[in-house]
Amino acid sequence: MSKTKIDRTPLSGAESVAQAMRQINPEVVAAYPITPQTGIMHAFTAFVNDGDVDTEMIRVESEHSAMSATLGASAAGVRAITATSSNGLALMHEIVYIAASTRLPIVMPVVNRALSGPINIHCDHSDTMAERDSGWVQIYCENNQEAYEMTLLAIRLAEHKDILLPVMVCQDGFITSHGVEGVKLYKDSIVKKFLGKYKPKHPLLDTKNPITIGPLDFYDYYFEHKRQQSEAIHNVRKVFPKLVKEFKKISGKDYGFIESYMMDDAKEAIVVMSSSAGTTKEVVDRLRKEGRKVGMVKIRMFRPFPISEIKEVLKGVDIVAVLDRVESFGAVGGPLFNEIRSSLYDYNNKPKIVNYVFGLGGRSYTPELGRQVFDEISKDKNSKDYEHNLVRYLVVRN
Amino acid sequence: MSKKLKNWKEIPIGGLIVEPGNSKEYLTGDWRTFRPVHIPEKCINCMICWVNCPDSSILSKNGNFDKFDYDHCKGCGICANSCPVKAIEMKPEVDFDE
Ligand code: SF4
Ligand code: SF4
Repeated sequence: MSKTKIDRTPLSGAESVAQAMRQINPEVVAAYPITPQTGIMHAFTAFVNDGDVDTEMIRVESEHSAMSATLGASAAGVRAITATSSNGLALMHEIVYIAASTRLPIVMPVVNRALSGPINIHCDHSDTMAERDSGWVQIYCENNQEAYEMTLLAIRLAEHKDILLPVMVCQDGFITSHGVEGVKLYKDSIVKKFLGKYKPKHPLLDTKNPITIGPLDFYDYYFEHKRQQSEAIHNVRKVFPKLVKEFKKISGKDYGFIESYMMDDAKEAIVVMSSSAGTTKEVVDRLRKEGRKVGMVKIRMFRPFPISEIKEVLKGVDIVAVLDRVESFGAVGGPLFNEIRSSLYDYNNKPKIVNYVFGLGGRSYTPELGRQVFDEISKDKNSKDYEHNLVRYLVVRN
Repeated sequence: MSKKLKNWKEIPIGGLIVEPGNSKEYLTGDWRTFRPVHIPEKCINCMICWVNCPDSSILSKNGNFDKFDYDHCKGCGICANSCPVKAIEMKPEVDFDE
């Protein structure tokens, strides 16, 4: 396979996803505007208007309808996409759960935005984290390039015969969605070849083989269907690496479930998701220059959770700070913290672990704050009572 | 009702029903708490019950009332209610042996 050499195109994260959607050319896109997702559909509807895609664009009256129309189209047997943010996702929730339960390979870019209230349009992960048990695969992207590529990969992942589940491709609101970077777009012909044609197994519109979708399912079979779903999402663990390998011929990249940065000899580590990973890499670079053994782990895929990779990468680390861009009210720490802490439970020499809830409602995460985290945990390393301060807020005015 | 249930690997995904017309395999009769009982002496074979039964559980023969399909009758009582001559009586399921 020849590698494509194309110049980088200046695109926002939202436009990068719209470019992926143009190449996917889904039969149906249903959408309702919500900031900051609107950037995606703004760019994509221009492609529809200009005849660059064959998509039937359905402008619906709410996100609940957007997800419903997308589900209907997917059940009919075509590629169907919608996108949303924040309260839009919350309004979709009922159908989000049904899409996964009905095993429909819908791809949904989500631009992360804080849930109301009070009302806020900026980034945190409260919207998608509220959907973490809905049965969707969840991928979190650090930058525009990743958002573009993960949207393409998501199509193949969702449609794989051993998976058949919907996939959310998340990027940070405004930080990524509205930040312009040079994005390397791959040739349409090459991407289209990678994507292939979607062949649904049980399309609703196949009148020769009539089926029923979404029937009543009681105590005698509902549980079996949930067990199937659980198996399917865990199959992502086997399928994703194969797809990445295939896609590498185009991208040249080795995308893992996680990305480790300077972790080989790291003694102190930050675990974080999405755009804050980029900021943390910068902090790691600066501290490494000062001779400190620090590193970073980025969680690219949150569902299914990459437990074995986490166990492997955090082995030998003294202390870990997990950064959650969401508060899990009433729990001990955020969802990422709980997953990681639980992943390490079986280790005898487990690292110490603390949680930082940060960036809520779009509060900035700066390199200075990243440094502050590393400074604090390097003190906690030798402290016996760090557990009394397990969950911290970065930074709330006292 | 003692049909062997399939395991999670044997059934279509997502609750799909891939063979049409299999709803008759779903025996809804065990939902019933009241059983309709026909009183032939009163019946005038008007077939109003047959028209109204939401579960097609009134079976006819030569255009006349034949019997109930107790495998599927859910015991809603619509037939008894719509019968103009009170030729159907709803009796508690506990009064029957099987
Ligand atoms: S009780 Fe209801 S379901 Fe049963 S035969 Fe009468 S109308 Fe039909
Ligand atoms: S409605 Fe009553 S009278 Fe008419 S057929 Fe049914 S049982 Fe007989």
